[in-house]
Amino acid sequence: MVLHDFFFYILAAIILGGGILTITRRNAVHSAIFLVMTLIGVAGLFLHLQAEFLAAVQVFLYVGGITVLFLFVIMLVNLDEAAKQRQFNRQWGLALGCVLLLVAEVGYFLYQGRDSFSFAESSGVLLQNNTQAIAMSLYGDYLLPFEIASLLLLVAIIGAVVMAKKQI
Amino acid sequence: MVPLSYYLILAAILFVIGVAGFLFKRNIVTIFMSVELMLNAVNLTFVSLSYSLRQLDGQIFVFFVMVVAAAEATIGLAIIITVFRNRESLNVDRIDLMKL
Repeated sequence: MVLHDFFFYILAAIILGGGILTITRRNAVHSAIFLVMTLIGVAGLFLHLQAEFLAAVQVFLYVGGITVLFLFVIMLVNLDEAAKQRQFNRQWGLALGCVLLLVAEVGYFLYQGRDSFSFAESSGVLLQNNTQAIAMSLYGDYLLPFEIASLLLLVAIIGAVVMAKKQI
Repeated sequence: MVPLSYYLILAAILFVIGVAGFLFKRNIVTIFMSVELMLNAVNLTFVSLSYSLRQLDGQIFVFFVMVVAAAEATIGLAIIITVFRNRESLNVDRIDLMKL
């Protein structure tokens, strides 16, 4: 299907463009806006891969939650003089070496496995009632990790309040 | 249908962009955004392999990754506020000591 491929390329362009602009913009607010662009692109690819529940969670949690938190913090701290200074840190040579090594590594492994990456024939079993299937799995096989995750969120709430408060 | 390798290559490129931002930038807020980019790249890999293998476990794992990312974002941003209150700076070249 040509339309299906077309949407993949559009979303890939949105994701990569947003990612590159996120790390190259001088102003942190602009970075956050381009991060939203990338996150919405990833949510679109989740829909493309028929993971409807995760696409909704991505929009709620990342775009609606984490990015708003970022914007709050950017506006709480004064970044005006940071935007005027040099953007990249002192150890850029070492960092460039690490990034090139990572590119070589990932590229090598993807090249080695290039014949094994194709989608299986569509059976349509998994893809019906995605949210219902995830709920059954989450409250069945994955009940203990689910409860531990809720405990982790409680710890994170208390920790954030304790750390951000001036006087306890 | 676009082959699976395209999704994996897209996720790999997004991960490398995240690593580059993490290593190159000196503003701690942007470094944090790079971490979110890396997490998203890994999530994309999980979901595409889950679709390819016709198993839901990858999607459950992505759900847990998102929960941990939310917890990490709250704690990290609280740390950023505390550091800024003590140092008046968000430059990682100047925040390299534990004590004041």
